[in-house]
Amino acid sequence: MIIAIPKETAPGEARVAASPASVKRLQSLGFDVVIEQGAGEAASFPDAEYEQAGAKLCANAAECLSQAGIVLKVQQPNEAELDLIPSGATLIAFLKPAQNEALLKKLAEKNINALAVESIPRISRAQKMDALSSMANIAGYRAVIEAAHEFGRFFTGQITAAGKIPPAKVLVIGAGVAGLSAIGTAKSMGAIVRAFDTRPEVREQVESMGAEFLTVEIEEDGAGTGGYAKQMSKEFIDAEMALFREQAKEVDIVITTALIPGKPAPKLWLADMVETMADGSVVVDLAAEMGGNCDFTQADQKVVKSGVTILGYTNLASRAATQSSTLYATNLCHLLTDMTPEKNGEIDINFEDEAIRGATVVKEGEITWPPPAPKISAAPQQKKPEPQIQVEPKPEKKSSPLSLVAFWAVAGLLLLALGKFAPADFVAHFTVFVLSIFIGWQVIWNVSHALHTPLMSVTNAISGIVIIGALLQVGATGSFVVTVMAFIAVLFASINIFGGFFVTHRMLKMFRR
Amino acid sequence: MNSVISMAYLFSAVMFILSLGGLSTHETARRGNYYGMVGMAIAIIATVAGITSGAYLPVGIAMGVGAVIGIHLARKVEMTAMPQLVALLHSFVGLAAVLIGWGGYLDPRINLEGAAHIVHNTEIYIGVFIGAITLTGSIVAFGKLQGLISGKPLMLPARHWLNLIALVICLVLGAQFIPADVSNATIINLLVMTGIALLLGIHLIAAIGGADMPVVISMLNSYSGWAAAATGFMLSNDLLIVIGALVGSSGAILSYIMCRGMNRSFISVILGGFGSDGAVASADGEEEGEAVATTHDELADDLKNASSIVIVPGFGMAVAHAQQAVSDLTDKLRKAGKTVRFGIHPVAGRLPGHMNVLLAEANVPYDIVLEMEEINDDFPETDLVLVIGANDTVNPDAVEKPGSPIAGMPVLEVWKAGKVVVLKRSMASGYAGVSNPLFFKDNSRMLFGDAKESLQSVLGKMNPA
Repeated sequence: MIIAIPKETAPGEARVAASPASVKRLQSLGFDVVIEQGAGEAASFPDAEYEQAGAKLCANAAECLSQAGIVLKVQQPNEAELDLIPSGATLIAFLKPAQNEALLKKLAEKNINALAVESIPRISRAQKMDALSSMANIAGYRAVIEAAHEFGRFFTGQITAAGKIPPAKVLVIGAGVAGLSAIGTAKSMGAIVRAFDTRPEVREQVESMGAEFLTVEIEEDGAGTGGYAKQMSKEFIDAEMALFREQAKEVDIVITTALIPGKPAPKLWLADMVETMADGSVVVDLAAEMGGNCDFTQADQKVVKSGVTILGYTNLASRAATQSSTLYATNLCHLLTDMTPEKNGEIDINFEDEAIRGATVVKEGEITWPPPAPKISAAPQQKKPEPQIQVEPKPEKKSSPLSLVAFWAVAGLLLLALGKFAPADFVAHFTVFVLSIFIGWQVIWNVSHALHTPLMSVTNAISGIVIIGALLQVGATGSFVVTVMAFIAVLFASINIFGGFFVTHRMLKMFRR
Repeated sequence: MNSVISMAYLFSAVMFILSLGGLSTHETARRGNYYGMVGMAIAIIATVAGITSGAYLPVGIAMGVGAVIGIHLARKVEMTAMPQLVALLHSFVGLAAVLIGWGGYLDPRINLEGAAHIVHNTEIYIGVFIGAITLTGSIVAFGKLQGLISGKPLMLPARHWLNLIALVICLVLGAQFIPADVSNATIINLLVMTGIALLLGIHLIAAIGGADMPVVISMLNSYSGWAAAATGFMLSNDLLIVIGALVGSSGAILSYIMCRGMNRSFISVILGGFGSDGAVASADGEEEGEAVATTHDELADDLKNASSIVIVPGFGMAVAHAQQAVSDLTDKLRKAGKTVRFGIHPVAGRLPGHMNVLLAEANVPYDIVLEMEEINDDFPETDLVLVIGANDTVNPDAVEKPGSPIAGMPVLEVWKAGKVVVLKRSMASGYAGVSNPLFFKDNSRMLFGDAKESLQSVLGKMNPA
């Protein structure tokens, strides 16, 4: 099957659906890859690199798309492109199925199978193909970069010979993937970062990124299905607004990322808040495409209102085209890997597979959107009662003074009893024995862990000292049997002595600083 | 003359103590080994000087042959096969102890009366018993490590009872044997006991799984020491007693350290079979995730981008003989100015300190090879962890899941690092038989295949093409 990668036609779109690295991986799945000339140019992937990776170059979109079995794109196709895609082919791109019923109908009419990457369910198994998260990550990063570009000051606080510089204060609203990415970026640039989200379970994630988590004093969980937020009650919103008004007096940069699936973006940063903000402040609205979180946001525009710059760029990911293309291409590779279990270059749109089912919006002329609800929420399953694991604290083995006394009393008595019956000779040897154990105990604890193997081989060698016993017996007893046994014992003990010392020597020689 | 020999023995005992003391640091370790050799030489010379000249020839032959075999073994052995060699050498001590015990019993020169006789017979009996267990136990351990015998624990029904019955029989036979004079009837007692002890040695060690071999070997090390001490008592030889006690306590301490490393009691290891301590495996609710595989190219890139790297080797590295490849990689990364360190779990490998020896063989400097306690706190600041053939020693369940069979075992907390790449042959679980959620963590990647080949391929890819 041939995978075709046309050049993106949407204005301002710099991304491309395949990287030279992903082209290689696609070929290893059994596909042939054709790519339109200049497709990767804006993302800094020259044609030569694609060719080197094994892709075939096509002069124009028509040549490229006409032979396609699978079309990989970033943005949805326009009319002209749609006409070029052959019937029976499969299209994978950001298709916005919720807003694009007309497009889905057309795809169904033309019998083009379509997978919308934004519909891939957010289940853990599908994380590797979650292009939405990849793009959100970049958007969050880029939002901070754009803000820094407009902002007239440093992010980090410094004390210099020319005076003290206060750190910038950044407020991130909505701690999804983009929000967290923005928090991380702003934090690493040295800003003081605060974050707000309606879902209390993200507090930990926010704090782990080094930001302060802001909350309102109302108990309401904003977690909806599929890891997204839901719309909140009026009381909650009022409290939220009050909090934002407080913050507006302090913060220099606001990054809003609040989205509710299938609904226009909630208005969170209102006109009066913008007016409260100091001149030179920046608002970056990542929800601009869905109407914006800020009152003044205009999609794809930079607006200046009462000294505050409001950025409504909708395609921030495209502004870091090399990075976003790399990640998007990898996400598509993972998706195609799951779709070609045989690795034979033939895809199987398997509806048993939850991830593929979720992504598929048109199959064999039928619209299959919306998919059945995902079975698992990415949010922590709080409702489920935690399986109570009984951790029985092991009773601490503390030696009470009494048992200690008892132990030594018994030991002492035993020794006395032994002394009463044992011959004097034995007692002398026994003394040596016990004291040697104590010496051994003291000496061995000092041996470093790294030398335990040499320790074993050297103790092995010196336990060959039993040779002395055999030496005393060889030929001295007058009994033939004993002599033979002693002979064998000397032989084996010698193996130990020589082998043990020699191998220890060999090992120790190897240790070097 | 006798006092001179005694002084020589005293001197060599001091040498042996210095020898073990020398092993406390790398700098003095080699000197320690020389001390040991000197001590041994003096002891042997002093002993030989005291025996009749007629015995010189057989002694010379026996020691000559033994020396040739021993040095040949020591020269030939691969460092990955050290555990086997050590086990085999232990069995020789056991054999010698058995033979000497028998010799002491059959020695016609000895005519003791009363308490002295009883003590002498007791010493013989105990010496032969421990020696026999050490002999066969070590051979079984050798077989398991060499792969001649399956590493799985042998679980006979009622095995604890079998051991107990064997022990009781030995005690009863001993009660008859000890007070009796040398006669044909009591020789049978000693003979039967030797046989039972040999079988007991086989059964005891066969019941212990392959992963517990570090404990077994150090335990057998300890036994061989006690056998030597018992021989010393029998021969009224203080040097043997001292050395036996030193070696015996050394082995005991090593066993203790190993057990602590696995958070298991010595008894539960000795009794054999994993899980016999009644830990509840939480099989239900097992959250299997998906492990994401990575490629040689990606790993090469990861290594290039990381500045602080920790390598955690396990038994798998020894199996794959990958230590040289690991060393080459380390060299290359260090030359590129990266911090590379090794984290060694106390029970990694099949012998205490096994990993250290392998890495030393491959010329990895020992000051970047760190113990678990030294490195565990550094993982959060580490960019990349390479886990090479280790599994149970990096299992987060030990810390996070109180119901897990390995709960409470100290582990290397590699998952706290920025990224973890696990080199492994398959998804199979480790010796403990528990699945490892590390593989399913977001920041871990699996690189399947033979560790040596993988590393060599990665090394090749890291060269500027």
